[in-house]
Amino acid sequence: MASAPSKLYQDDVSLVVALLDTNPFFWAAASLPFSEFLHHVIPFINSLLLLNQLNRVVLIATGTSSCGYIFDSGDGNASGNSNAVCSGIIKKLEDFVGKDSKIGKGSNGDGTRPAISSLLSGSLSLALCYIQRIFRSGTRHPQPRILCLQGSPDGPEQYVAVMNSIFSAQRLMIPIDSCIVGAQHSAFLQQASYITGGVYLKPQQLDGLFQFLAAAFATDLHSRNFLRLPKPAGVDFRASCFCHKKTIDMGYVCSVCLSIFCKYHKKCSTCGSEFNQVAPDSTIPDQKH
Amino acid sequence: MAVISVATRYKTTVKEPGVPGVLKMNEERFVFVPNDPRSLMKLNVEFKNIKGHKFSKDGSKQALLNLTQDPEKGTGYIFEFDNFTDRNSCRDFVGRVLGKLQSVPGRPNEQSVPEKSAGAPLPEQLSAVEMERRIKLLREDSELLRLHKQFVLSGVLTESEFWATRKTLLGEDTTRMTKQRPGFKSAMLADVRPADGRTNKVTFSLTPEIIQQIFAEKPAVHRAFLNLVPSKMSEKDFWTKYCRAEYLNRTRNAVVAGAEAAEDEELAVFLKHDDILANEARRKIRRVDPTLDMEADEGDDYIHLPDHGILRDAQKDTAETETEVSRRTLSQDLNRHAAVVLEGRALDVELGDTRTVAEALAWSKQELLSKEKSEENVNLEKQEKVARMTDLEDLQAPRNPQYASLCIKDPREYFDSQQANALRALGGTEFGTNSLDLNLSKEEVYRHLKEQISEAKSRGLRNPIIRPDTALKVFSGLSQHLSSTRFQLGKNSQESALDRIPHRTKDDLMHHWTSIQELLRHFWSSYPITTAGLYNKVQRVKDAMGQIYQKLQEIKESSQSDFRHQVSLLVQPMLQALDAAFAHYDLEQQKRTAKSGAKPNGFVR
Repeated sequence: MASAPSKLYQDDVSLVVALLDTNPFFWAAASLPFSEFLHHVIPFINSLLLLNQLNRVVLIATGTSSCGYIFDSGDGNASGNSNAVCSGIIKKLEDFVGKDSKIGKGSNGDGTRPAISSLLSGSLSLALCYIQRIFRSGTRHPQPRILCLQGSPDGPEQYVAVMNSIFSAQRLMIPIDSCIVGAQHSAFLQQASYITGGVYLKPQQLDGLFQFLAAAFATDLHSRNFLRLPKPAGVDFRASCFCHKKTIDMGYVCSVCLSIFCKYHKKCSTCGSEFNQVAPDSTIPDQKH
Repeated sequence: MAVISVATRYKTTVKEPGVPGVLKMNEERFVFVPNDPRSLMKLNVEFKNIKGHKFSKDGSKQALLNLTQDPEKGTGYIFEFDNFTDRNSCRDFVGRVLGKLQSVPGRPNEQSVPEKSAGAPLPEQLSAVEMERRIKLLREDSELLRLHKQFVLSGVLTESEFWATRKTLLGEDTTRMTKQRPGFKSAMLADVRPADGRTNKVTFSLTPEIIQQIFAEKPAVHRAFLNLVPSKMSEKDFWTKYCRAEYLNRTRNAVVAGAEAAEDEELAVFLKHDDILANEARRKIRRVDPTLDMEADEGDDYIHLPDHGILRDAQKDTAETETEVSRRTLSQDLNRHAAVVLEGRALDVELGDTRTVAEALAWSKQELLSKEKSEENVNLEKQEKVARMTDLEDLQAPRNPQYASLCIKDPREYFDSQQANALRALGGTEFGTNSLDLNLSKEEVYRHLKEQISEAKSRGLRNPIIRPDTALKVFSGLSQHLSSTRFQLGKNSQESALDRIPHRTKDDLMHHWTSIQELLRHFWSSYPITTAGLYNKVQRVKDAMGQIYQKLQEIKESSQSDFRHQVSLLVQPMLQALDAAFAHYDLEQQKRTAKSGAKPNGFVR
């Protein structure tokens, strides 16, 4: 029989990888200022660390052109002092935002339209890679989950990458929780939470954000078996087409590689297969290949 | 005008003896005048009032013809005829008349588009069998009956349209007649019963079933029967000899058997090896597929070669006999019996006369033989198959695949090139509510963010993190949300929304749902409208749908407040379906009025 401590270890130790949205375009116009947001999130992270001595939290910032690790509680130099944690996080954030702005400036230039969405696919991939490293570190590891604190809208050009990350998370059995601090729902994150079995929540009162986080997102995976957590009423399953990146709900699907198009194409642009059928009558809208 | 007059008996129920008289039928009416002028059973009925006719089967005890008035209740005028030919001629006459009368007259044109010539629906020739089947179906399925009453009797759909979608139901009866034929019993022939000790008699019982089985299992006996009966001996003698041979086989007395066989040549037939079987077995072995078994040869023919195995009745006597008396082993018997049972019954002949059975069996066997391929064909096939199977794939040249192989290009070159497209297409479409001022340049925005961060740093963490009343509000909101979903979904996972609303509402909703399905099916199948008949049908169906729409609205509004939400959820898809149908109808109407006069025939796109 396994000894008691190791049994405890397996049950409710959790590793939370939190993805913070640091898109300045969003935060410039958000109803909740970014400093307030930090005032809710950092205590939440501290409280996660308080729940279990073996819990681990990793913070990843999602910028507009890059993503980076902000905080890792499993570091050797992590002290128990919450102030130290707080200041460490903020300092790292500053550095990250500086770097992000520099990168953004370099590639786009001043004349082009600025990016409005944040790089969700990048940070999801970073999170999954980190978790994979944890998995390979040994048999005794905490149960990982991903928490997305997202405010910016979905970028349809990231659809494929985000879906790939979601499917990888599903394969690895990592739930993706989403907390939407922005104005509109995010279809990607709704699908992510639905597919991976996580919690999706859009708090009505942003000044009570800490309470929302503590009530719905702080529970470890073992306890979720017997706790009731909020579920969204419906999931927006729309995809975006591969040719124009528009969100569509009726379209054409290539029968070979399953890429989605909004208009009839003679040839699939992903896999090159030719569609030899006669072009359909334009009055019939939903003919699928 | 055709006229028939026949002597017949009129009755009101089948069991009555009936009133004898004369029945005269012409195209409009039929008149029955009883022989006895004092009787009051005179009839003078117009065919317009007759809805259908039923009749008893040819060959049954009474030759009856029933002219029905009400198809559901089955009442009518029953006439008994003296013979079937009279009855059949009357029946055909009535059928013709009814067919002519029941043809639906073409409906008057309602729109300016003239009718196509084939627009008038054809008169329906209903046979009585068909009517019976329909009535039976209606009787069995109350839901169908209700739908039928609601739509057909109120004129929304005609009979033919109603039943057109239900052909599978009507066709079921015919398939029931082709039943599986019972095969032979798998119990082996145990027609020999030993003596019961007291008397020295052995009884054999041979029923026609058993005889058929014997013929199937022992072709030599079959051949002997065909040859000997009735020319040389009677059937009874034949079977006596056969039973004697069986008895001798059972007793372990080979010598007696040999002696008797020598005396009586017919008996010998039964005692010898069954050479027909032997031939068949040999032939089958020659045709064994060499790719399956290269070594099949005569040594494998264990069916009739008596070299091993226990004999029937658990004897193990392997002494050689000089005579040709065959001793069948248990395994041989079992195998032969099993082979026959698996082949199935070749005939459907009723087991009456043994001779006919034997002949029929012989004839069917001959047919089978003639259908078999000749020896050369079989050999050719075998050789082809051998050649195919012994192909050595490694030694052959690679064949070009008939398909183009899948080639997925490097995704990077696709996605990167699309990035520019994407950025162009991102016209701020999803960014409705958040009032982002796009005039802010990047530097400003980043600066703003950095300011925020430094503000957070300078202020440090707040104490308390969150105000208590806000926290309370959040908690109560969350718990209410959770409990409301639980309430809506129900405590019992098997309970559905339908079970929780009151029964009457549930019944009404289900009834409306089936009606809507029926109507929508007819509605959508009538498009595109090509004839006036379809147009009229669509009108009728649409009116009926409008009525149901009204009723659904009423239900939705009148339901109690507890259930209102669920009821409206249930009613919603029905209303949506009806709305879609109405919208389509209106669209088509608009198109029609826009195009009226342009197309000469009734063809509407």
